[in-house]
Amino acid sequence: MNALVAVLALPLLGALAAVALPPRAGVRAALLATALTVAATIWLLLAVARRGVQGVILGGWEPPLGIGLAADGLGAAFIAMSAAVMGGVALAARQMMAPDVVGARAAFGFWPLMLLLWAALNAVFVSRDLFNLYVGLELLSLAAVALVAIGGKEAALAAAMRYMIFALAGSLLYLAGVVLAYAAHGTLDIGLLAARDAAPSDGLALALMTAGLLAKTAIFPFHVWLPPAHAGAPAPASALLSGLVPKASFLIILRLWFEAMPDRAGFAALMLLAGLGAGAVIWGSLQAMAQARLKMIVAYSTVAQLGYLLLVFPIAGGDGAAQPWAAGAWTGAMFQVLSHALAKAAMFLSAGLYLAAVGSDRLGDLRGLARTMPMTAFAFALAAVTLMGLPPSGGFTAKYLMMTAAFAAGQWYWALVMALGGLLAAAYLYRPMAVLFARESLIAPRPVTRAAQAVPLVLAGASILLGVFSAPPFEFMQIGRPDAAEEGL
Amino acid sequence: MTAALPVLILMTSLVPAIVTFFLPQESHLLRNALNLGSAVLKLALIVAMLVAVAGGAIYEAALPLAPGLVLLLRVDEIALLFVSLSATLWLLTTIYAIAYFGDKAELSRFFGFFSLCVAATTGLALSGSLISFFLFFEMLTLSTWPLVAHKQNRASLDAARSYLLFALPGSAALLWAIIWLESTTGPVLFTDPPDLGGIDPWSQRAIFALFIIGVGVKAALVPLHGWLPAAMAAPAPVSALLHAVAVVKAGAFGVIRVVYDVFGAGTVVDLGVGVPLAALASLTILWGSIRALQQDEIKKRLAFSTVSQVSYIVLGAALAGPYAMIGGLVHLVHQGLMKITLFFCAGIYDERAGIKRIDGLNGLGARMPWTSTCFSLGAMGMVGLPPLAGFVSKFYLGLGGIEAGAPWVLAVLAASTLLNAAYFLPLLYRLWFLPPAEDASGDERAPALVAPAVVTAAGSLGVGILAASAISPLGWANLIVLRGYAP
Repeated sequence: MNALVAVLALPLLGALAAVALPPRAGVRAALLATALTVAATIWLLLAVARRGVQGVILGGWEPPLGIGLAADGLGAAFIAMSAAVMGGVALAARQMMAPDVVGARAAFGFWPLMLLLWAALNAVFVSRDLFNLYVGLELLSLAAVALVAIGGKEAALAAAMRYMIFALAGSLLYLAGVVLAYAAHGTLDIGLLAARDAAPSDGLALALMTAGLLAKTAIFPFHVWLPPAHAGAPAPASALLSGLVPKASFLIILRLWFEAMPDRAGFAALMLLAGLGAGAVIWGSLQAMAQARLKMIVAYSTVAQLGYLLLVFPIAGGDGAAQPWAAGAWTGAMFQVLSHALAKAAMFLSAGLYLAAVGSDRLGDLRGLARTMPMTAFAFALAAVTLMGLPPSGGFTAKYLMMTAAFAAGQWYWALVMALGGLLAAAYLYRPMAVLFARESLIAPRPVTRAAQAVPLVLAGASILLGVFSAPPFEFMQIGRPDAAEEGL
Repeated sequence: MTAALPVLILMTSLVPAIVTFFLPQESHLLRNALNLGSAVLKLALIVAMLVAVAGGAIYEAALPLAPGLVLLLRVDEIALLFVSLSATLWLLTTIYAIAYFGDKAELSRFFGFFSLCVAATTGLALSGSLISFFLFFEMLTLSTWPLVAHKQNRASLDAARSYLLFALPGSAALLWAIIWLESTTGPVLFTDPPDLGGIDPWSQRAIFALFIIGVGVKAALVPLHGWLPAAMAAPAPVSALLHAVAVVKAGAFGVIRVVYDVFGAGTVVDLGVGVPLAALASLTILWGSIRALQQDEIKKRLAFSTVSQVSYIVLGAALAGPYAMIGGLVHLVHQGLMKITLFFCAGIYDERAGIKRIDGLNGLGARMPWTSTCFSLGAMGMVGLPPLAGFVSKFYLGLGGIEAGAPWVLAVLAASTLLNAAYFLPLLYRLWFLPPAEDASGDERAPALVAPAVVTAAGSLGVGILAASAISPLGWANLIVLRGYAP
């Protein structure tokens, strides 16, 4: 057995066990599967770091007949991100998703859905075939929609329904693009597609697939489903939905543009993508400023933070040969993905702890909680540092790399968007911080154990450490990096 | 060993900061021992390093962030000047703060952020690359916020918000400047000034202006100074630290780094940006003094005085000549010693006699002689009476102005001295010559509050009297200029 197969099979087996066994044994099996998958992830990371890209040919059939899976530095880094967030969420969920807290149905459903989601994420991260990616994406959407609905409240069901409609429409668009690409090239393998000559229908195929994926990634203006869905789910589910799920569809966009069809990108299309990203940064931040509930602020912050990712398309390659860190913008976007995942999971878990302590996440009810739950407040603050892009966080490394590339590409206005986004993030995160830090508290909070408070603190700390020790992940993500990342589109 | 020492010096503040956060409120003894012990250890390490660096040694520790981007801690002469000031005053302020707070609430949080703030200042002083400077600069911004907000009442929360409202856009300007510069030159190390040839002169001027806005917010340059008087809502030890070593000094130190190590004094003169900066600094000097005259609260008057005094350092850097540089560098230390004395005393007046306003000072000299003597020494030093510390700074700044062909600097210095006298001497008159109010109370039976003030007051006297010796701040500033910046 190989590490790549293990990170796909273990969570699937765990999901099956969690469904089949009686509830208490099911939770134990799920935790065991989580631990084993984390171990398999470390194994995979070491393998990629030592021996380069890890590939598997399923059934011994070479593409285009068979299906190939491969973990490059990028895919392995995303798998590691999932393992970190999943591990934290699993620890937090033991209490937050206990039957006496959320009810028997949600407590039973959470674990298999979480593991299924994990398997789907990992499948997307290593697939090298557009149809395989579609299958992974569908599995992901199903698990994600179910996680939104798991609470069973009316608002959550409505949000889940809206999410499902957007996800299905996105899938249809994507599938239409895939069909066009297959008709033109007779293959869906990313490596083979890159080698084919351009076909007239490629532009349309790329546009359809990208539009579908943008809807699934909740990129402005297709973001409307995200805030109610992410804010309505139970906190551990929100952490997964916000931190990990949109990154999978974004990764496919990235693989399409940088690896499958790098020479089909027109300048206008690149600017349009970045323009949508800039809109997301600004609109998401403004909306976050206007929210009265902590989870809604955090959810709108996800809309804003995802926007930065799209800025990579026109500025990649902007460093040219003059810089020692060519491919800076591309790697910067990856740093944004990783650090946002860790920080956002920490924020949602913190919000969940506050919700558990005072029974509400309205800002007015959270007054003075920094005194009774200092570790959670500290975790929230550290995560906020990452989202604002202040040093020494992973978010800062991301912004530094992308902003220098934007200047070097002569597109300083994207750097302006990033600087403005940082200030806006400070503005919308200041409100919850100031409330937590106020002197008087209105509601006497129920006690929350230190162990539960430690989980978000560790995740938030990891998002900071990603910036302090950014050289090893930087090097790691260059393994198997596409040429277009260095040269630009 | 050469790589370990700078890291060790940083850790002497960083580790106690992190440990203190996790200490329960009740463990006074452990917390005080930890903080005082680390402060003493840090001072000892710095003394050891002072000796070595005077002999020509350089210490360096690097942590690569991304290819070419490096977090560099480097101990050179100018870093040591700042770091020894901050370490000395940290120890004294810790003693003062322990006595000041007694057993009030939330002390673990306070001392945690207090040490973190000092760690940020230390890191900033030791930074050898622009990116490390920015990193610690922001760490300082964030760790100061909870200190300003510490009392958690309306006034301090407003002050803390106003601080962020100034500081964060300042950071954005600074980041913008760094990115603009480094996207052309690559990462900048202070030892190796970047080649600005690839940037046209007007862009260079714009980058310079952005740098000055970025560090100018912290240095409280007019019109970016509004947060500093508001931050008076913080407890006295915080004000003392903020005004003497931490935030405003970080800004002033930043100006020095930008002028001498990022652009280089020659480029600053060639671009013609030195004179406007000197003019801005002069404006700040005069404006701060005029506003100080109008204040009735002791701490407010001192705050505006800081606005004015810190710009002496900026003026020294902006004139971009050896004498002015010596004046600016030496004022970095002198202003710190004098201003911390004044704030220590203001805190004692408030804490022991309940006096916040200037008209309450009448006749306190007889009742609180130690405090009032220290206050008077600090105030006279600020005015620039020889042989006190402030005189030495002003003398070198004046020389620097003449040398740089800007004799108007003398007029600014003279006007500022008159204004300083106008807002400080009435305080001394009240202290010593007016009869006390009938219901006056208060005493100074708090040795742990008074002793730090006595030490810093004696220090500001000592550095003036012993200015000619090699181990004085002036001697050290001479060494810096001779080794690093001599034409």
